Amino acid sequence: MTAINYSEKIPNNVNLSEDRTLQRALEHWQPNYLQWWNDMGPEGSQNFDVYLRTAVSVDPQGWAQFGHTKMPDYRWGIFLNPAEQDRKIHFGDNLGQDVWQDVPGEHRANLRRIIVTQGDTEPASVEQQRHLGLTAPSQYDLRNLFQVNVEEGRHLWAMVYLLHKYFGRDGREEAEALLERNSGNADNPRILQAFNEKTPDWLSFFMFTYFTDRDGKFQLCALAESAFDPLARTTKFMLTEEAHHMFVGESGVGRVIQRTVDAMNQLKTDDVAKLRAAGVIDLPTLQRYINFHFSVTIDLFGADQSSNAATFYSSGLKGRYEEGKRTDDHVLKGNTYKVLEVQNGQLIEKEVPMLNALNEVLRDDYITDSKGGVDRWNRIIEKAGIPFKLTVPHKAFHRNIGALAGVKVSTDGRVLSDSEWNTNVNAWLPTEQDRAYVASLMGRVVEPGKFANWIAPPVMGVNRQPVDLEYIRFN
Amino acid sequence: MSATAELFNQHLIDPEICIRCNTCEATCPVGAITHDSRNYVVLADKCNFCMACVPPCPTGSIDNWRMQAKSSPYTVEEQLSWDELPAALTDNELSAVASAGNGESAEQALAFVSPSQDNEALAQVKALVSASVGSTVPPWSAAHPFTNLYGPKEPITATVVGNVQVNDAGTDNETHHIVLDFANLPFPVLEGQSIGILPPGSDEQGRTHHARQYSVASPRNGERPGYNNLSLTVKRVIEDHSGNPVKGVASNYLCDLKLGDKVQVIGPFGHSFLMPNHPKSNIVMICTGTGSAPMRAMTEWRRRQRNSGKFEGGKLMLFFGARTQKELPYFGPLQKLPKDFIDINFAFSREQAQPKRYVQDFMRERAIDLAELLKEANTYIYVCGLKSMEEGAILALRDVVTEHGINWETLSQNLKKEGRLHLETY
Repeated sequence: MTAINYSEKIPNNVNLSEDRTLQRALEHWQPNYLQWWNDMGPEGSQNFDVYLRTAVSVDPQGWAQFGHTKMPDYRWGIFLNPAEQDRKIHFGDNLGQDVWQDVPGEHRANLRRIIVTQGDTEPASVEQQRHLGLTAPSQYDLRNLFQVNVEEGRHLWAMVYLLHKYFGRDGREEAEALLERNSGNADNPRILQAFNEKTPDWLSFFMFTYFTDRDGKFQLCALAESAFDPLARTTKFMLTEEAHHMFVGESGVGRVIQRTVDAMNQLKTDDVAKLRAAGVIDLPTLQRYINFHFSVTIDLFGADQSSNAATFYSSGLKGRYEEGKRTDDHVLKGNTYKVLEVQNGQLIEKEVPMLNALNEVLRDDYITDSKGGVDRWNRIIEKAGIPFKLTVPHKAFHRNIGALAGVKVSTDGRVLSDSEWNTNVNAWLPTEQDRAYVASLMGRVVEPGKFANWIAPPVMGVNRQPVDLEYIRFN
Repeated sequence: MSATAELFNQHLIDPEICIRCNTCEATCPVGAITHDSRNYVVLADKCNFCMACVPPCPTGSIDNWRMQAKSSPYTVEEQLSWDELPAALTDNELSAVASAGNGESAEQALAFVSPSQDNEALAQVKALVSASVGSTVPPWSAAHPFTNLYGPKEPITATVVGNVQVNDAGTDNETHHIVLDFANLPFPVLEGQSIGILPPGSDEQGRTHHARQYSVASPRNGERPGYNNLSLTVKRVIEDHSGNPVKGVASNYLCDLKLGDKVQVIGPFGHSFLMPNHPKSNIVMICTGTGSAPMRAMTEWRRRQRNSGKFEGGKLMLFFGARTQKELPYFGPLQKLPKDFIDINFAFSREQAQPKRYVQDFMRERAIDLAELLKEANTYIYVCGLKSMEEGAILALRDVVTEHGINWETLSQNLKKEGRLHLETY
């Protein structure tokens, strides 16, 4: 790989060509990355020309360059948002001091753990989605999947850059390990359980990009407040790409709903069997998928009370969502926050020190944001004149982490006995039959401008291109 | 009077497609985008159409425009309440809106549409607004611009090294030539680019003032050649578009600056309104008032090139409108330029004892020479100044071209595609 000109091959705004140590580290890592991409990236698609967006700089004109390119040739770059002059730490015990341009020794282990955990999710989702290309409902959707994949790959680069640049040998070892763990691998799984689950079908993919990539957004937002300036600047730029992923989810589910309500109006029925016979995904099934993905995703925010969360905050490693826009003292020593727990068969709210409840704070911000999109889906249903409302389930529903782990709670927040739960669970979570039905709809549609029967076309194409553009050249 | 003087193309976000990802708000260099828990919306009085938000938007919802009365744009509150975009106004609604215009703007407007022709003319003009004919690409020989080097969060500080009035003292439109120096910090600009000025202090709501945009009036190598400085042409705003007394925040701040004062600057902005740099390229410049700033910059760069003896420029033709000769900025210096270097046409709309004349009148008068230039593929056209002048200038161009047997449709498409017609109006 000596022929590669790294300053050209890797678009960057970190003066890569002037940092020999870093360049050598990346020279060593890059072939392993490409090998991983070939082994674990989108299956059977490496030779396609895909209409991709590539960032070549961080200014508005530079970061959305569109063109057909083969995915292994995608220019995975390293971008940090421009430095803010004299930026100060704006929360925690070091409030008001200069931000760190290097890793302070006492926070080294925690920062490395945060970066590795974030970095691990990026290749994990590429692995989870690697078979989806075989059942894409259209070229447009296939292109969006690949865009999400290459950008998750770029986010891995962003984290690996930090590990290589600031963490010396441990960092390089962690960067290798990011390529060695694999989603769902029994011997060497990904760190977070949600990233070891399969993404078996496109409805799951859309739900995943809506709900789980939104968790990514909130984690990145919290890290974008960090006192470790390179981490803050890296994650800020990643957020611009994360927006596309949530768009794929929100518009994808929206288009499924659109197709379903159109069919309901055509057939003048809300009968699930008739709608399934017509090949569309009924609204109750969509609701069950929402319940599943929402509950699995809010687990990702961690335990409701966590001393780690308090440490990360007080030491300035990780802020709250939109920390800079909040008006409290940003130290939070005397503040409290309400978390849920079960007492005597009832869910009750308990006041706890806010510092320990910061995972819960982030989770609640996430829940508010998620509900917004579900409301927008409801407008599609409303517009079609159909009396049905999608909702997100209660925060305590189907939880596996924290004080609520394993407690049986209904979607509307009632604590249940095991038998009540067992009676109703099939109405709340996708059943084997639901998943089998959705799987049966998955067939590959690749003719430009054509869409699978279960999903409506988008209102516009990518980058203001027509919907029937040849987004993929299969060669 | 013009029915169109009151209309503008309002920038809106489609709430049905938008996913509220905040990318546009984070990208906007002038803080023109805001949101509540329901919608993301564009502040009509802040958006400067720089388009920085358009490519990063993941959904395309950002790219929506509605013709609307300038005096009554969709307010932020209205936009925040939307579940979908309102239907575009019909021609009848638009002309009703337009004819509610008032005296002062009619004065500033151009006399090419009579009220009885409103609908037809309106349709014509709508087809001709900047979005449809103006280039979004630069000339092929443009120099590569730097943009967005400094944003509102980390502006650059410039020092005032010059501030003189450049039209006659005592006129209503007091206009200043202000020189800003950047010392050792990089702030590379090209002719036709603009910069943002952050006025100190805050507005009535206690928010810090947003940036005001000004075109650079000096050439790329500095107001003084070889120095890291640039100049602006700033009119002291003392009344609004309706003639009501109002003190312009940034313009009064700038016009009152003393030598040595520090100014917060953001930018540079603009990547298409740039001059051609190849030999024998012609430049047609059409402007009013402070719209002369980019024209001064381009003219001065060509003048310096010519004096170097190493560059063979093409023809320069300038149509420059003001109310009176006394108000016209740079009148004296312009008079001194050699006739074989630049062909200057002044149009004065309020000179005593003379008929009103607007730039488009002069363009029609000079139709033969203008048409000669327009036939050449080497001719680049720049329009800068009041919005009301833009439509008049384009209609005049169309008529001149058509009279000389050139197909306007084809020509205007080529002009747009080849980066040869650039509009910057406000």
